Amino acid sequence: MLALIVLIFACSKADMNLPFSGFINPAHFPQPVYKFANNPVTKDGFELGRRLFYEPRLSRDNSISCGSCHIQSSAFTQHGHDVSHGIDDRLGRRNSPPIMNLAWMPNYMWDGGIFDLDLQPINPITAHEEMDESVANVISKLQDHPDYPALFKKAYGSETITTATFMKSLSQFMLMCISSNSKYDSVIQKLGNTQFTDEEAAGYKLVQQKCGSCHAEPLFTDNSFRNNGIGTGLNDDPGRYEATLNETDRYKFKVPSLRNLAYTAPYMHDGRYYRLDAVLAHYNSTVQHTPNLDPVLINGGIPMTAQEQQQILAFLNTLNDKNFISDKLLSEQ
Amino acid sequence: MKKTLIYLTLISSLIACKKEVETPDYNENELTAMTVEFDNIVGGQNLILNNSTYFNTAGESYKIDLLQYFVSNFKLGKADGTYFTVNQDSSYFLIKGSNRNTRFATIKVPEGDYTTLVFTLGIDSLRSAMDISKRTGVLDPSGGMDDGMYWGWNPGYIFLKMEGTSESAPLDPTGQRKFRYHIGGFGGYSAPTINNIKTLTIDLRNRGIAQVRKNRKANIHLFTDIDKVLSGKNTISIAANSSVMFSTFSTSIADNFMEMFTHDHTEN
Repeated sequence: MLALIVLIFACSKADMNLPFSGFINPAHFPQPVYKFANNPVTKDGFELGRRLFYEPRLSRDNSISCGSCHIQSSAFTQHGHDVSHGIDDRLGRRNSPPIMNLAWMPNYMWDGGIFDLDLQPINPITAHEEMDESVANVISKLQDHPDYPALFKKAYGSETITTATFMKSLSQFMLMCISSNSKYDSVIQKLGNTQFTDEEAAGYKLVQQKCGSCHAEPLFTDNSFRNNGIGTGLNDDPGRYEATLNETDRYKFKVPSLRNLAYTAPYMHDGRYYRLDAVLAHYNSTVQHTPNLDPVLINGGIPMTAQEQQQILAFLNTLNDKNFISDKLLSEQ
Repeated sequence: MKKTLIYLTLISSLIACKKEVETPDYNENELTAMTVEFDNIVGGQNLILNNSTYFNTAGESYKIDLLQYFVSNFKLGKADGTYFTVNQDSSYFLIKGSNRNTRFATIKVPEGDYTTLVFTLGIDSLRSAMDISKRTGVLDPSGGMDDGMYWGWNPGYIFLKMEGTSESAPLDPTGQRKFRYHIGGFGGYSAPTINNIKTLTIDLRNRGIAQVRKNRKANIHLFTDIDKVLSGKNTISIAANSSVMFSTFSTSIADNFMEMFTHDHTEN
């Protein structure tokens, strides 16, 4: 146990001279759902994945990489963009979500349509408004590159790049994007003398009472799909319905984590709220009765006094993980 | 105890897996290659892409410029009611209208006389959810948007893709009157959704059973009537539904797949 904690600390310092630790499950996190047995994280696989994540050859005209819309300093989101901004200045229809704590997610995207992280990159690579490329063409560009065949050989034993090794390498990088070193994490794990201020402690209680049924600790999401009453939006995005074709899923979106909110504005699937006080104001007073509105919001949303909102905002600040957004291990090298 | 249980589960699942891919009564080296031919026609005509004009039962004329479909999970039955299941890893084929060489599905079976052919139009749910390292060859999800047979946003294979032009299709922003049918849906991974996987059973007795022998190459020659996609038990109007992809309406088209395949003859 002690050794594990020490390791986590070592990890959090992101000292590039330390030996590569691989994937370490934070002590206070649940067991991951990703099938690591099919893709154990190795130093070579991770480093290749990191290079691919920042590789513009993944896009049709070699102009943008994964890192273009998932920027580390914004907790791997596209800060300031309500919806994602892709190739040829094309706009997507949803806000780019953070690459964060993916090992604990049973599915991906706002509608949860993708059930396996190893299949996820195919979507942004081929989407017309994102990278507008084919996976086969990316592989041929990488195969012709002076560096990549040798890097794939190092990681997977063969210079021949396959869809599987390409995808699994990207997964290895994304799985290592773990945010578990916020002030909240220190308090919960009783590390050092870290304690909440009175205001943060009051906010913590309120979040547990008023938000915890969806934003469940310690990941601050229960990974469910819900209609939170923000209304249908200009493009009438049906959300989860598109993946299941089930009417009871219309207008439901994945519950996002509350971690790193200071870095990930704007909020909601279409990025319509630019500030957190606006989000709290919504739950307090503007919940709309669209089909499949979540039962916990049906009776007047979530009433919060002005003081309670201040306390909640103070607590949410303790979920910001500076180490995560500055960890050199996860940066473009 | 817990560890033992896990090991036991592991071992039993390994054994279970093994049973599925190997047929214990047959040595893989003793098997004989044979073919199932998917000869694409449209009504009473040959399929000629970008050229011939066809008519559906809704009375609409149309041309086809792209046609591709997956056939998989072949099984052959004998008169005594026993079935041989082809090694699943070698039982997936992509038939392309643009490439006549793809019309043969080559499978390996034991010598014998076969009276029934069973196969799937589409890709089974197990393979649709399998680790990416098991998706090689025609199942590699790396194809592009043009001729790819895979949906990236809601992962799953497109079982049948048919595109073309029709005077009945609405004018699109590029000035064309196109129809696009991309039919798939394996039932969903964690949440149930549409299932358009179709299992076809073809009785070979009227038009010739397959007599599989070493040093000979049996060929079960099927006609695939592409017009049935629109003109089966459900009449599909291009004017009313010019673009059908992942939607509940796609099940009406998939139901028509059941009528597409007829056995013409067998070459032994």
